[in-house]
Amino acid sequence: MSQPPSFTLHVSEDTGSDGEEPSPDNEGALHTSFHQLIQEQSSLMEAGLELEMQERGREPLVRLAPLDTSAAAWPETGQGKQRPGYSSASLRIVASMPSRTIGRSRGAIISQYYNRTARLRRRSSRPPLQQLCRAARPSLRLYDLESDPAMATLQEKRSLLVKELLSLSPSQRSHMLLTVPLCLAEKRALRQELSGQRGPLRHCTQHQAPSPCGGSKDHIVLCCRELWYRLLSLLPATQPWHYALKQISGRFGSSVLSYFLFLKTLLLFNIISFLILLVFVVALQAVYPPASANPQPFTGLELLTGAGYFTHSLLYYGYYSNTTLNSPCTSSPSMCHLAGPPLPYNMPLAYVSSVGVSFLITCILLVYSMSRSFGESYCVGSSSRDLPVKVFCAWDFKVVQRRSVKLQCENICTQLKELLAEQRSRSRSRSLCQRLGRAAVLLLAWLLSLGTVLGCAVAVHHFSQHMHTVQQDHRAQGGGDRQQEALLLALPLVVSVLNAVMPHLYNLLAAWERQDSPGAQVYVAICRNLILKMVVLGLLCYQWLSRRVVCSMEECWETCVGQDLYRFVVMDFVFTLLDTLLGELVWRLVLEKRLKRNQKPEFDIARNVLELIYGQTLTWLGVLFAPLLPAVQVLKLLLLFYIKKTSLMHNCQSPSKPWQASHMSTVFITLLCFPSFLGAAVFLSYTIWSEQPSETCGPFQGLETIYKSWQTWVQVLEKSNPNITWFAWAQQHLVENPFLLFFMSGVLLAGIYFNIQVVRGQRRVIRLLKEQIANEGEDKAFLIQKLHSVYEQRERRT
Amino acid sequence: MGGSASLLPREALGEYQELTFLSKQEILLAYKRFSELLPKEERENACSARVPKSRILTLPELRANPFQHRICHVFSTSDDGDDSMSFEDFLDMLSVFSDSATSDIKSHYAFRIFDFDDDGTLDRKDLEKLVNCLTGQGEESRLSTAEMEQLIQNILEESDIDKDGTINLSEFQHVVSRSPDFASSFKIVL
Repeated sequence: MSQPPSFTLHVSEDTGSDGEEPSPDNEGALHTSFHQLIQEQSSLMEAGLELEMQERGREPLVRLAPLDTSAAAWPETGQGKQRPGYSSASLRIVASMPSRTIGRSRGAIISQYYNRTARLRRRSSRPPLQQLCRAARPSLRLYDLESDPAMATLQEKRSLLVKELLSLSPSQRSHMLLTVPLCLAEKRALRQELSGQRGPLRHCTQHQAPSPCGGSKDHIVLCCRELWYRLLSLLPATQPWHYALKQISGRFGSSVLSYFLFLKTLLLFNIISFLILLVFVVALQAVYPPASANPQPFTGLELLTGAGYFTHSLLYYGYYSNTTLNSPCTSSPSMCHLAGPPLPYNMPLAYVSSVGVSFLITCILLVYSMSRSFGESYCVGSSSRDLPVKVFCAWDFKVVQRRSVKLQCENICTQLKELLAEQRSRSRSRSLCQRLGRAAVLLLAWLLSLGTVLGCAVAVHHFSQHMHTVQQDHRAQGGGDRQQEALLLALPLVVSVLNAVMPHLYNLLAAWERQDSPGAQVYVAICRNLILKMVVLGLLCYQWLSRRVVCSMEECWETCVGQDLYRFVVMDFVFTLLDTLLGELVWRLVLEKRLKRNQKPEFDIARNVLELIYGQTLTWLGVLFAPLLPAVQVLKLLLLFYIKKTSLMHNCQSPSKPWQASHMSTVFITLLCFPSFLGAAVFLSYTIWSEQPSETCGPFQGLETIYKSWQTWVQVLEKSNPNITWFAWAQQHLVENPFLLFFMSGVLLAGIYFNIQVVRGQRRVIRLLKEQIANEGEDKAFLIQKLHSVYEQRERRT
Repeated sequence: MGGSASLLPREALGEYQELTFLSKQEILLAYKRFSELLPKEERENACSARVPKSRILTLPELRANPFQHRICHVFSTSDDGDDSMSFEDFLDMLSVFSDSATSDIKSHYAFRIFDFDDDGTLDRKDLEKLVNCLTGQGEESRLSTAEMEQLIQNILEESDIDKDGTINLSEFQHVVSRSPDFASSFKIVL
């Protein structure tokens, strides 16, 4: 081993302070401790360098770029200014630093994973304090010179790693093998070494004796295996819409894909609700139809209005009976005294329970998917204006088509330029005048949008009043049924027109407003659109519950409300189709033929998703009144998928605005949960708890409230079987008592507060760690400078 | 589709499934697509054949990708340096780009793909080449020199924590962990 180079540090060496603990105040002592460590390290480094150079001859994978003097441009010397004359030996040392080799050399990866495995085995990331040497910097504290594998050869490193892996549990071992970033050939070699070391048992299983049955059994096994593999390879095709979604993401990227994934999620929710209601309510009522059905002739208009033939059908509340089905008491009273009726089915109870259970399951699924989406998309310290994140993560590798790739390049260029311009303008402070002007513009825009929302609400209210009077007049004059039903379509038509036109106005308003960042523009437009939809729906709910809906005399008010909701759902679908046709197809033709621009209309994701949320809210509002409404929604979503996809492929291009797909998916599912589902749940609870059901039809005839049916059943249960009083007690004290709700809200709020504090603490820790790393970086720069000067001196001497 | 001779042996399939993030059907699909790239005579031993880079780049998933050359370079284990890929290299690539690969491994390979000069760090030249790849080859969609300078300055300021003028693997992984979209955009599905 060569003599350790002597170099002088320009500090006074204080030998008396060797026994003391080095403290940051005592500068001399600090540098003394470093001095010893550096001497040890430099001697090892010399040895290591020779070993590394030998190894490089054997390891063809380590490709060193031709090092030139510009590779070491230090910030403290000014940007772009290059320091000349660094010796190639010192540059080689710099290039072989662990932080640089981990990104490219196989040996470094193996030794890093050896360290990780050792730490995993030790189950702590830090050795106990007593074993540490006294050094001021944490990185030096943890550096264990004896067990450091960085100096070993590739084969030695491999065997060290295998030894460590053997001491792990099998699941941890396979996880480690899976996640180590080596090529497959290396992994197979590691695996073979592992299995070789695990004992002769593996060998036996690998070289099996041929089975006594001979070739026919093998042949059968082979055929079966082949069949199984062919089946497996066909499996992706059976996943719904797998190829269609791949096509969409290949041409338009993850942003447009998020709309279709959201549609798929909604379809799942509706299918689950539909199945529950089908099995427990609809199918049974279909088998035992009520006696009072008077079918009207079927005309085509029923599909739009939901009235006429559909009025007294399974579609609506009024059809369902309020008795126990299949009970012998109702069919033949003489057999009532017989014990054990053949499977009676309490329809009112089943009706309210199925609706309740389907809502509960939807709630659980929503909260689960919302929390999972939130967990994936929320990172401490992230923001949309992060330029490095934009540069490193912007490229969507799923995009495959040449034209889409070109479009993506253009979009990224535009977004980068916008972010850079925004940064430049932010650094330029605005004058007071400009800021006031800006605030005035924002205020005006918000006043305008809220004013339009109010205006729309008032318009809808007056229009529905007007329609009410018109229909009453029409009925008084004895007009035809068909005309009557056509008049019913007027209100849904007006509401759908408003919902279709206003978002475009809000988009124009947002463009005029010119927000600071394009991301904020999207959020503001979504906000305004959402406020409009929720206010209009709230108004309609109030009108339905206050029985101002136009109903004919022979129907229940619930059937009326159900019909109204059916009409709204159908109109929403019709208008979505019209919007797709006009907004996408016709607009593209106009752009191409008239304006001669080679640009297709953009697919407005936010507006389309809000339309889906609106349609889903209508369905949830109507489940109690029209149990088959989820089925209608399922059909609607299926048709919508194919129509939207076809229109997208032919008429649209991907949006140029920046779109964080996972972030926006979280926002959409939160919007689905909070205003939409929560509002529907509140409406439903109010109807079940406080509204009086109609007297003459439906499953809850004659009861005070729908909830009373459940209460009477519990009482009957309690009377018949005194052992389950706990159930009645639970129902009385937990479900009816609001104390439980307050308690759970309190617990939830406490949990949220706790999590906020944890996040705050984590942010502080991140800041402290960054400062620590910056300090380490300064040390590194200092040491490398000294190294260079040492080699320079040496070269000058020789 | 060929007979049983064109299928993977069972032990190999099990081993590949254990060592990569791909499921059995994905491996079989990869095998099918890989053997389609080979000329007919070589399809019998697809496991040991090497496909030249020009053939790999005809795959629709890589054809228009601006990082196609870097991807072939990073995943190829060819001794000649001609970036040809064997079936195992192909599986490696699909495994890293698959749905179930961890963010850690994706960011490791993303770093190697973006490291144009293979020196283990992203310095200014690497970043410049990266941005040029992202913004495309057309003249009108490139950033001006001043904008490029501002961008690289900003990136180094925010990501280079130890202030040595380059971004090493840990710093890159730290930046990428701030983006929840990375795992879903760093994905290629056959």
